[in-house]
Amino acid sequence: MKAKTTLGGAMLMLASLAATAAQPADFLARFEREARQADGAFAASPARGEAWFQARHGREWSCSTCHTPDPAGRGKHAVTGKPIEPMAPVANPERLTSDRSVDKWFRRNCRDVVGRECTPAEKADVIAYLMRVGS
Amino acid sequence: MQAKTTRDSRRNPVRLALFAAALALGAPAMADDDDDNRRAPMSPAYVEECGACHVAFPPELLSRRSWNAVVDGLAEHFGTDASLDAQALATVRDYLDAYAGRRSTDGANGKPLLRITDTRWFQREHRAGEHGLRADTFKRAEVGSAANCGACHRGAADGSYAEREIRVPAPGVRANITAQGRTQ
Repeated sequence: MKAKTTLGGAMLMLASLAATAAQPADFLARFEREARQADGAFAASPARGEAWFQARHGREWSCSTCHTPDPAGRGKHAVTGKPIEPMAPVANPERLTSDRSVDKWFRRNCRDVVGRECTPAEKADVIAYLMRVGS
Repeated sequence: MQAKTTRDSRRNPVRLALFAAALALGAPAMADDDDDNRRAPMSPAYVEECGACHVAFPPELLSRRSWNAVVDGLAEHFGTDASLDAQALATVRDYLDAYAGRRSTDGANGKPLLRITDTRWFQREHRAGEHGLRADTFKRAEVGSAANCGACHRGAADGSYAEREIRVPAPGVRANITAQGRTQ
């Protein structure tokens, strides 16, 4: 009985893990949905995302400063030199799978690169670009 | 440079007294290089939150006062936004509080130092000539910055700074240091 309860509990945990583990497409959908609240016709564009990723936005760094111009390659922190694992899901399956991580890094890195938080449209474009890399 | 400081200390009884007091206070808590057994356990949360951009620095290298100042200023953390959500912030603060060094790491102006590399302990342990270091070692491309512990401390990612794990990169530089050492 006890074993059954434990097994049941474990299965429930697995099921809830599977339910909460996000995929890159989930983030794309989420930010597109958010962007459409401001612009009903919005559709994410990998090309726009690529341009955004590679360009500077009035400050010292671009996304590519640390992540390098190739999101499938390993990056390097501009100040500390610490290696940064690839951003493109094709090269690093851990990317774009955690709400907490996606929200944290967009918030912080956009403030560093753009001087403000990114809009949902900007995030959707960048994610569309990262998902296109290597495919 | 070093000799001058010592002479000044000898001439100035107040400074000498302060120096002696600092030694006496600092010695028991000092993270000496032979002191590998006393290091704090690396917490996964600390490594995840603070070790993403730089090595998860050993918490004993700054005082609680210094760490609190660092944690309070994460939104402007040495030129980058390193802010954390409330829960992560509390976890990191608790960890640093529990394992902070016991001796003061206040600067000369009485304010807590924010950089480990600014502490007297760090500067003494990493002065030119020590462990094959040269004045320009930290600026070399292979090292980049004195905050890049792992460039020389091969176990830094795991929180290990044992003497036997130190490898200053670029054999050419090491050879130079050896040669200089012989001439002195």
